[in-house]
Amino acid sequence: MTTKKTLVVIGNGMVGQSFLASLVASPLKDEYTIVTFCEEPRAAYDRVHLSEFFSGKTAEDLSMVEPGFFEQHGITIHIGDKAATIDRQAKTLVSEKGVSIAYDKLVFATGSYPFVPPVPGHDRPQCLVYRTIEDLEAMAAAAKTGKIGTVIGGGLLGLEAAKALKDLGLTTHVVQFAPRLMEMQMDDAGGAMLRRKIEELGITVHTGKNTIDISDGVDCINKLVFADGDELETDLVLFSAGIRPRDELARDCALKVGARGGIVIDNQCKTSDPDIYAIGECALWNDKIFGLVAPGYAMARTVVADLAGEAASFTGADMSTKLKLMGVDVASIGDVHAKSQGALVYSYQNGDNGIYKRLVVSQDKKQLLGAVLVGDNSGYGTLLQYCLNGIELPENPDALILPHRSDESVGLGVDALPASAQICSCYDVTKGAICSAIEAGCTSIGALKSETKAATGCGGCSALLKSVMDCELARQGFEVNTDLCEHFAYTRQDLYNLMLVGEIKTFADFLAKHGKGHGCEICKPTIGNILASYWNEHILEPSHLGLQDTNDTFLANMQKDGTYSVVPRITGGEISPDMLIALGQVGKKYKLYTKITGGQRVDLFGARVDQLPHIWKELIDAGFESGHAYGKSLRTVKSCVGSTWCRYGVDDSVGLAIELENRYKGLRSPHKIKFAVSGCTRECAEAQGKDVGIIATENGWNLYVCGNGGMKPRHADLFATGLDKDTLIKYIDRFLSFYVRTAGRLQRTSVWMENMEGGLDYLKSVVIHDKLGLCEQLEQQMQHVIDTYQCEWKTTIEDESKLKRFRHFINSDQQDDNVVFVEERGQIRPADDNERKHFKLLEVA
Amino acid sequence: MIWQDVCGVDDLQPNSGVCALVDQQQVAIFYLPANNQCYAINNFDPFGHANVLSRGLIGDINGQPVVASPLYKQHFNLQTGVCLEDETVKIPVYGIRINNNRVEVNVQESGNEL
Ligand SMILES: Cc1cc2nc3c(=O)[nH]c(=O)nc-3n(C[C@H](O)[C@H](O)[C@H](O)COP(=O)(O)OP(=O)(O)OC[C@H]3O[C@@H](n4cnc5c(N)ncnc54)[C@H](O)[C@@H]3O)c2cc1C
Ligand code: SF4
Ligand code: SF4
Repeated sequence: MTTKKTLVVIGNGMVGQSFLASLVASPLKDEYTIVTFCEEPRAAYDRVHLSEFFSGKTAEDLSMVEPGFFEQHGITIHIGDKAATIDRQAKTLVSEKGVSIAYDKLVFATGSYPFVPPVPGHDRPQCLVYRTIEDLEAMAAAAKTGKIGTVIGGGLLGLEAAKALKDLGLTTHVVQFAPRLMEMQMDDAGGAMLRRKIEELGITVHTGKNTIDISDGVDCINKLVFADGDELETDLVLFSAGIRPRDELARDCALKVGARGGIVIDNQCKTSDPDIYAIGECALWNDKIFGLVAPGYAMARTVVADLAGEAASFTGADMSTKLKLMGVDVASIGDVHAKSQGALVYSYQNGDNGIYKRLVVSQDKKQLLGAVLVGDNSGYGTLLQYCLNGIELPENPDALILPHRSDESVGLGVDALPASAQICSCYDVTKGAICSAIEAGCTSIGALKSETKAATGCGGCSALLKSVMDCELARQGFEVNTDLCEHFAYTRQDLYNLMLVGEIKTFADFLAKHGKGHGCEICKPTIGNILASYWNEHILEPSHLGLQDTNDTFLANMQKDGTYSVVPRITGGEISPDMLIALGQVGKKYKLYTKITGGQRVDLFGARVDQLPHIWKELIDAGFESGHAYGKSLRTVKSCVGSTWCRYGVDDSVGLAIELENRYKGLRSPHKIKFAVSGCTRECAEAQGKDVGIIATENGWNLYVCGNGGMKPRHADLFATGLDKDTLIKYIDRFLSFYVRTAGRLQRTSVWMENMEGGLDYLKSVVIHDKLGLCEQLEQQMQHVIDTYQCEWKTTIEDESKLKRFRHFINSDQQDDNVVFVEERGQIRPADDNERKHFKLLEVA
Repeated sequence: MIWQDVCGVDDLQPNSGVCALVDQQQVAIFYLPANNQCYAINNFDPFGHANVLSRGLIGDINGQPVVASPLYKQHFNLQTGVCLEDETVKIPVYGIRINNNRVEVNVQESGNEL
C-alpha cells in the first residue's frame, strides 16, 4: 500500500474551495489525503453575490459546493472548526476543537476581515460589518427595529452595502472619509457623477467626513460625531472601510508577513516556508493584496500546478472592474489616475444622461493605459482588450468614448484580438480556448459555456463571448443555418412575425406565402403552435388538425403501446373529496392505471382511443376540464398549502396558484410551461425550479423566472421582488407573451433566457421598463387568449364531426389486438413483448 | 377478392391518417386532398412495437412523401415503406384507389395505383 501525503487547507472560502476543486480535478488527488478547516458554520459560499441574500437567495443558493463534493472526493472538512496553532518544525497543526493533524503541505486560504477603524464606540450595539451570511442576518435583524442606517466607507463594497440597507427599508447615508466616492477607481469627475446618480436614488452621501466618535443618539440608537463638529443620528452603523488579511495564524508561527499585513508569497504562491502556500485575500504578492476573486482563483491554479511539479507562476492580476451599483453602470480599467509618465487624458461628460467617460493614453497615443466609465459601461469589453493586449489605438482615441450618432461602429473587432487574449477572467478562458471549443463542435453559447466555463462566473464577458463565437463561426466558414426545416427558410420567431404582419390564420396560407413543399413533422406542429398561441382557435378544427403533434391530435398523451393517458386539470393541486372520488370512479370503471404526477394531479393510463371521449364525457359531467397535459402549453401551477394552514405561511399560495392556473390555462407556447407558488421562503413548492416561480415574502411576492427541472436543471432567476398581485400578474402576462413571441422552436424558458442577448437584465428592461414599447401589445395578446379559452375536450365531445376520429379502425369496431395488459401491484400495465406473444398463443389455442 | 372496399372518402382525414382493418391486417391510410392522393402502409411501428403509424404526421422530405412515427419520430417513405433513418427497415405498402367516392385497398399487391 502506498502511503499518501497529507495536504491541509486552512479556510474554506471562495478561494479555498476553488483550490479544492482544481486539486481534485488533477491527478494529484490520488497522491494526497486532503483535509480542510472551515471556521464558518457552513462550507464555501459565493461572497461576490452575497447581497442577493436580501433579494431572496438562501444560504444554499449561494453555496459554491456541489452536493456530495467532499464525500465524493474523500475530503475531510471540519466545519465550524478553526486552525489554531501550527508547529512548523514538527509539521503539525491543532484546531480550536482539538483536532491534531500532521501535514506534508499546508495551504493558507484564510481570506480577510473587514477593517473597523478604532473610533471610540465602534463596538456599540448595531455597529456591524458586511462579509458573512451571519453579518447579513444581523443586519436584517437590526433593520427590523431601526429607521436609519449609515455606511462608513464609500468604496465599492460600501455602496453595495448601502443599497442593501436601502432595500431593507432604511433611510440610508454613506459617510466617506475621502473627498469622492470610490476613490480607488474614480477620478474626481467620475466620483461626482456617481455621487449625483446615487443621491438621485434617495441615499445621502457625505464626503470628506472623518468619524471621530460614536455614542448614544437622541432619536436613534447611535450618533456619529465628525472631526468638523457635524453629527449624524443613526440606528445602524455599517463599517466598510477596507479589508485586512487574516494573517494572525501565519504570524504566530513566524511566517513572513508584510509591514501592513498579508502573508508574503513568491510567484509560486509559496510563503517563507517552502511547504506552505498562501492564496486569496490573505496573500501578499509583490507588496499587493488582491481583493477580488479572480486573482485568488489564479493563485489556486498556480499552487495546483506547482504541487504537480509543473512550471507555473502567478504574475499579478488585472484589477479592472465593471459593475452595476444600484442600477448605475460603473467601470474602471488600469491606471485610472493617469500616474504613468507622460500619460494623456481624454474625457467626455454628459450631465443630462449622467454619463462620464475618461481615457488614459500613453504619451505616443498608441496604448490605452486606463479608463473610467460611469453611467454607460457598454465600451468596457473593447477598452479592456485594448489595454490588456496592448493593441494599438485608432488615430483619434477619443472616438472610443465619444457618442457615435451614425451607424459606424468604433468597437474593436474581436478579429483583432490575439489568441492569448483573456475573454473570461473568472475562469481564465482565452480567445484561443474558445476558438478550439468551437472547432470541436460547440456552436452555441450554451455549449461553449458548459465546455469552457466562460461566462459562468460573474457573467461580465457574455457579450464578448457571443461576438467571439459569431466571428469565429463566420471565419471557420460555418453558415449558421437557422432555417426551421426544408419547407420554411425562417426561424420560429420570424414565422411568428410573418403571421402578425400578414394576419395568417392557416398552415396552407403560410405554405403558399412563405414556404415550399408540403411541410413535415417539424414545421407543421411549430406553425400549428404559433397559430394556436395567437388566434387561439380549437386545434382540432379541420384546417389545423393535420398540423398537431401526436398528443395534440387526440388531446391525450400517447404511451409506448399506443394507448393514451388522461389528465384532468386540478388547479393548484386542490381537490375536494367528492371530486377525488369521481376521478377514482372513472379510473375504476375503465380499468385505468392511476398515478400521481409531479405536478400535483392524477394521471390515468391505458385508455384506448375509442374510450377517450367516453372517459372525458364522464369527467366533464363530474366538473373536470382538460388539463392540457398533451400540449405545449401551461401544465400546472404547483403550490404548497400556504398561510391558510401552514404555521410558517406568509401568504395564500394555494389561492394565488388557482388564480394563475385559471388565468393561463390553455395558453399554447413554444414548449410546456410550469409554475409553482410557495407560501414562504421555505419553498416547499420548489418554485425556483419552474419557468415561473413565486414566493411569498413579508414585503409581497417575489417572482422568479426561467427555472427548469428535467434533463438539464436550472435554478430560476430572481426577476422582481415585493410585488403586489396586480403587478405580479402584469409582469407574468408580459413575460409569457414575450416568450411566446420570441422563443425558438421547442425552446424552454431556461434555454431561451440563456441564449438571449443581454440575458436577465434585458428581459427586465423589456418586461418591467417597457424598453421595446411592447408591453401594451403583450398584455392585449394575453388578454385575447384568456378571453377565448375553451376546454378543448368539452368542445370536442359536443361536436359529432370531431368525434369521428376517435376509434381505432375506421371500418370496424374491433380493438387493437396488440394492446394487452397484465397486472402489477394491483393495477394494469402494458404487457412486454414476451408476455404479449404468450397471450396471442393462448387466444389462438 | 383483391380490392376491398374500406370506407367512403368522407371518412378519411384530410392531410392526416386513419387506420382500417383489411383481412385482419391493420392498414394506415393517409389522404392528401390537394392532389387527391392516398397512401396505404402497414400500421405497425417496427421501432416502437405498437400499431400507431396512422396517427403520425405526414409531409415530404427531399421530395419523398413520408410519415413520421408518433412514438420515436422515424420517417417512413409512404410509397416504398423504407425507413429514412435505417434503410434496412421496410414496412409493407399496399395498393389503394378511390372508386366512386369509395376507398379500396389491396393488401396483396404493393404499390400505388392512383
Ligand atoms: C459583499 C461583498 C461583495 C464582493 N463583491 C466582489 C465582486 O463583485 N468581485 C470580486 O472579485 N470580489 C468581490 N468580493 C471579494 C471576494 O468575496 C473575495 O475576494 C473572496 O471571497 C476572497 O476569497 P478568499 O477565499 O481569499 O477569502 P474568504 O472567502 O473570506 O474565505 C476565507 C475563509 O477562511 C476562513 N478562515 C480564516 N481563518 C481561518 C482559520 N484559522 N481556520 C479555519 N478557517 C479560517 C474564514 O472564516 C473564511 O470562511 C466581495 C466581497 C464581499 C464581502
Ligand atoms: S413554503 Fe412556507 S408556507 Fe408553504 S408549506 Fe412550506 S413552510 Fe409552509
Ligand atoms: S423521465 Fe423519462 S421515463 Fe420518466 S416520464 Fe419522463 S420521459 Fe418518461
